[in-house]
Amino acid sequence: MSIATEFAAEAHATESAPEQAIEGRSQWYLTWRRLRHDRVAVGSVVVILIITLLAIAAPLFVSLTHHPPDSTYPLTGTTAAGLPVAPGVHGFWLGTDDVGRDLFIRILYGARVSLFVGVVTTAIAAAAGVSMGLIAGYFGGWVDAVLARFIDAVLAFPYVVLALALAVVLGPSLPVIIGVISFFSWAAISRIVRGQTLSLKEKEFVEAARSLGASPWRIMFLDILPNLLAPVLVLATLAIPQAIVFEATLSYLGLGIQQPTPSWGNILAEAQNFYQEAWWFVVFPAAALLITTLAFNLLGDGIRDAMDPRTERVFAAGRKRRRRGRAPARTVAVTAAAGGPEQPSSAAS
Amino acid sequence: MALIRFLIRRILTGIVVIWVVASASFLLFFARPAETVARSLAGRAASPAVLQNAINQLGLNQPILVQYGHYVSRLVHGNLGFSYYDQESVNTILKQDLPPTASLVAGAVILWLIVGLGVGILSATRARSFFDRFATFGVLAGISLPTFVLGELLLLVVFLPLNEHGFHWIQDGYVGPSGGLGQWVGHMVLPWVTLATVQAAVYTRLSRGSLLDTLGEDYIRTARAKGLSERVVIYRHAVRAAMTPVVSQLGVDLGALLGGVVVVETVFGLGGLGQVSVQAVDTDNLPVIIGFVIVAALFVVVANIIVDMCYALLDPRIRIT
Repeated sequence: MSIATEFAAEAHATESAPEQAIEGRSQWYLTWRRLRHDRVAVGSVVVILIITLLAIAAPLFVSLTHHPPDSTYPLTGTTAAGLPVAPGVHGFWLGTDDVGRDLFIRILYGARVSLFVGVVTTAIAAAAGVSMGLIAGYFGGWVDAVLARFIDAVLAFPYVVLALALAVVLGPSLPVIIGVISFFSWAAISRIVRGQTLSLKEKEFVEAARSLGASPWRIMFLDILPNLLAPVLVLATLAIPQAIVFEATLSYLGLGIQQPTPSWGNILAEAQNFYQEAWWFVVFPAAALLITTLAFNLLGDGIRDAMDPRTERVFAAGRKRRRRGRAPARTVAVTAAAGGPEQPSSAAS
Repeated sequence: MALIRFLIRRILTGIVVIWVVASASFLLFFARPAETVARSLAGRAASPAVLQNAINQLGLNQPILVQYGHYVSRLVHGNLGFSYYDQESVNTILKQDLPPTASLVAGAVILWLIVGLGVGILSATRARSFFDRFATFGVLAGISLPTFVLGELLLLVVFLPLNEHGFHWIQDGYVGPSGGLGQWVGHMVLPWVTLATVQAAVYTRLSRGSLLDTLGEDYIRTARAKGLSERVVIYRHAVRAAMTPVVSQLGVDLGALLGGVVVVETVFGLGGLGQVSVQAVDTDNLPVIIGFVIVAALFVVVANIIVDMCYALLDPRIRIT
């Protein structure tokens, strides 16, 4: 009886399939459709948007609280013992730091630094990584050998150590930070682009372009590059949180953004001396950093899953196997299947 | 025979890499105007005569190529130079600060591999289970958490409450294993966890993905069809093949690990090579930083050769050439 219902459900599924008009769906459309149903990814986008808006609106909050980011309030902002004031006291929403500055406003201005560094370095790294990867993969030969070795060397180099060195020679500043982080971010993108180019350049459409007399540059950037956009987009989304963490780490070590300009890293560096007396001084900037990087990482993973045509099939296979294993669950599975084969998968994930 | 030829070639390329790193750091540091270096040494208010004296003493008035020659010949003899401030040998400084760093790296690598590979394998064999979902979220949280934030949070939520309630086993600072093994672990446990977490998260993801791919291969189906037990299929047939990309990644990540060492040592006040270098940055003590950069490069090169050899041992398809 139960086997009969399963057959019936399957037959129903195959019958209803031809009713839908067959339409061509582009890879991007499919990705977008899957992404839209991924609640985690949508949530991440919302979080990122909120953080971006808060960062943009930072001056608005300054006029609201009358606490500019660099102003110290020794009288209201510190206790009699000279320690930071707790959240909510004297109109400091998230408390103050060790010299009596408004922590909330400083975290907002820190978000500006983090987002700016994250986006700018990722853009530079993606441009450099894609170009280098295309050149290495397309030309091959000694060009590839030299570039591939160079990429390996950059990837294996202890970057914090070199950042230490550069900070001494050039002095810490925003352009130096962006340069250092970009320099260590392009290699990972480059390696993957190179691998993809190696396989793409053997495809017929490249041969067709070549036989039409297209120049290598035209083939690389107009024929091959559009096919690489999907993996590069995923890599770039995942490179942003890495850059944010990198900037925070440099600032924490005193090699990045310098006081009094706030950055999540240098706020946390100061907070370290006060974690026994003022938990908020550590917890709030840490939470801001963690929420931001987590949102970007979740979004990157979501985009990757949405772009991977295997994902849905792997999940479906897993469900089918589990369904067979557990007999009592079958009725539930069948009712779910009757509602349409696609719905339960998005609800489950 | 092939192994010896492989080793010789890898060692030669390793020497070239170290030479490039050493030359690059020479350019970075010594190509600065001599006065900047001398001024940071002699102090801001130093008179021109004192400045000139300092420049002469450091040999900064010689042509750049002569300086480079001295620098390289010193390095070849294993001499990393002398600290600007107390004329102490950089070799001695680095040797003194090696034990905390070695303890930190050794413990953290073991923890990181056990947790990373273990959780990865468990997740892959129970794909889509509650454990797998929980682990996947943990991986993302771990990757998103900067090392120093995790360290500070551990100090706040583990170290502080424990010590306030009279439980003094976990401490910051560094005590060597000679001061009692229990005490050593007590001092090192938080740094180990901090350093291992981010890397373990990366390796969980890597080994899970790799094992899931391998479990989809035809030969795994063949092994199952032969009637082998699931345990044999997974641990004898699948895990071994799935670990090869993981091992090759290990060589790359050792560089990143050293960055983590700098941060963790600073957070927990362990001393060690990383913290000494950060302090050297504050005081502009260039020879110490160069020394650390070169030692770090040496470590990465040697570790990579070892990893490549393990790689060949693990995967019989890869021949050492």
